[in-house]
Amino acid sequence: MERHLDEELSKLNTNLLKMAALVEEAIHRSIEALKKRDKDLAQKIIDDDQEIDEMEIQIEEEIIDLLALFQPMAGDLRLITTGMHINAELERIADLTVNIAQRVLEVADQPLVMPLVEIPRLANQAKLMVRRAIDAFVNQKEDIAKNVILSDKDSNKLRTVIMKELINDCMVKDGTTAPRAVPLLLVARDLERICDHASSIAEDVIYMIKAKVVKHHRERL
Amino acid sequence: MNTMIKEKKSNQKNVEQEVISAELEENNMKVRVENFNFYYDTTQALKDINLEIKANSVVGIIGPSGCGKSTFLRCFNRMNDTISSIRYEGKIRIDEKNIFDDNLDVVDLRRNVGMVFQKSNPFPKSIFENIAYGLKINGIKDKNFIAQKVEESLKNAALWDEIKDRLHKSAFALSGGQQQRLCIARALAIEPEVLLLDEPASALDPIATAKIEELIHELKKKYTILIVTHNMQQAARVSDYTAFFMLGELIECDETNKIFTNPSKKITEDYVTGRFG
Repeated sequence: MERHLDEELSKLNTNLLKMAALVEEAIHRSIEALKKRDKDLAQKIIDDDQEIDEMEIQIEEEIIDLLALFQPMAGDLRLITTGMHINAELERIADLTVNIAQRVLEVADQPLVMPLVEIPRLANQAKLMVRRAIDAFVNQKEDIAKNVILSDKDSNKLRTVIMKELINDCMVKDGTTAPRAVPLLLVARDLERICDHASSIAEDVIYMIKAKVVKHHRERL
Repeated sequence: MNTMIKEKKSNQKNVEQEVISAELEENNMKVRVENFNFYYDTTQALKDINLEIKANSVVGIIGPSGCGKSTFLRCFNRMNDTISSIRYEGKIRIDEKNIFDDNLDVVDLRRNVGMVFQKSNPFPKSIFENIAYGLKINGIKDKNFIAQKVEESLKNAALWDEIKDRLHKSAFALSGGQQQRLCIARALAIEPEVLLLDEPASALDPIATAKIEELIHELKKKYTILIVTHNMQQAARVSDYTAFFMLGELIECDETNKIFTNPSKKITEDYVTGRFG
């Protein structure tokens, strides 16, 4: 027998999926804007963030209603609280894409300090991690969530490579490149943070599925 | 010869009780249910129940209607003994004593194990007399002591401030929630160690229910409490441990937060999430 709560949970899933799709698109567009140094696209990312903000509020209200009206227990409770965390994480990811768009506006009129190779790789990694974390949530797949968490170290490595290149190959050699290199450093940091958020979603998903807290306890994976 | 056998058996029993007493004390356990089976005539209502209850804890007993939770509760003060066709096997120990021992005085047991029912049942007497009654039938005659005990019990049941000016009015003049707290005060007056509450708030409005729940939280400092409830949120709010019964079996008993966030058994999960019951 399907419960009324199941219908509501299904709606919550759908809304989180919609939000995740918007966020994933924002990551993709932010990096496209950087690659093409497209100020219009960057501005559009900044403007469109409001839609994601509104969605976050709407989902949060839905979750509060679910908690108040259904007083969920056990698996239902874990699913709803995980949904609440994911909602907040997705909104923060969207804010990071806005940061990237703002960096694009800063550097768009100037020549690139170095060819963009590793930054798009890191962006792809971030996009993939977010997509897989959401996939793990929707399909309740612990193994996918685990892989997302484990792949976070690759994003850290990539960020380190980017930082070294920008600092050693650009700024140390020629101090005048700093105004163009620093925004890219910040972009790399923001992308790496997106990966952290994806990893955090995956940790919540494992809690949801197994009631096992792996946050701050990777040895439990 | 018979006397010697009896003495030997009695000595063995004492040794067993001492061992159990030490075990219970070490783990701060008040109650231990061992391989307990209960039958109404040929129908088995409880099946091989094993459970330990810590002193000064609240155990919520949940489960669908007919699962045996009230039968289980009524075993602790042998209320079921009033039904002629019942039969039981196994033991329920309160401290080290098996409450089904032949030499156990049931009146003593019921003095030690207080009970409050779903529907409040004050005596058709004054508020004061409702509390004093239990003391008087236990042979206490000292009026000052009785008055002091009435006040103390009413305070412990969080009722004193509301009714202190009308102690000699009929108990029936109280509201439903107050009557239920009066019944709790009545049970407390004779200083039990274990309190059995059979859906004590199911007929009360939310405010009276909240008062009973607050009271349970306070009472566990002094008593060990077993509460049967159909209200899962209530079990979640008031109990330290929750026992889930189904078709006469104890499916699982664990810390309440575990039962309501991550129960071990799927059937418990299905029940607490409202998939059946």
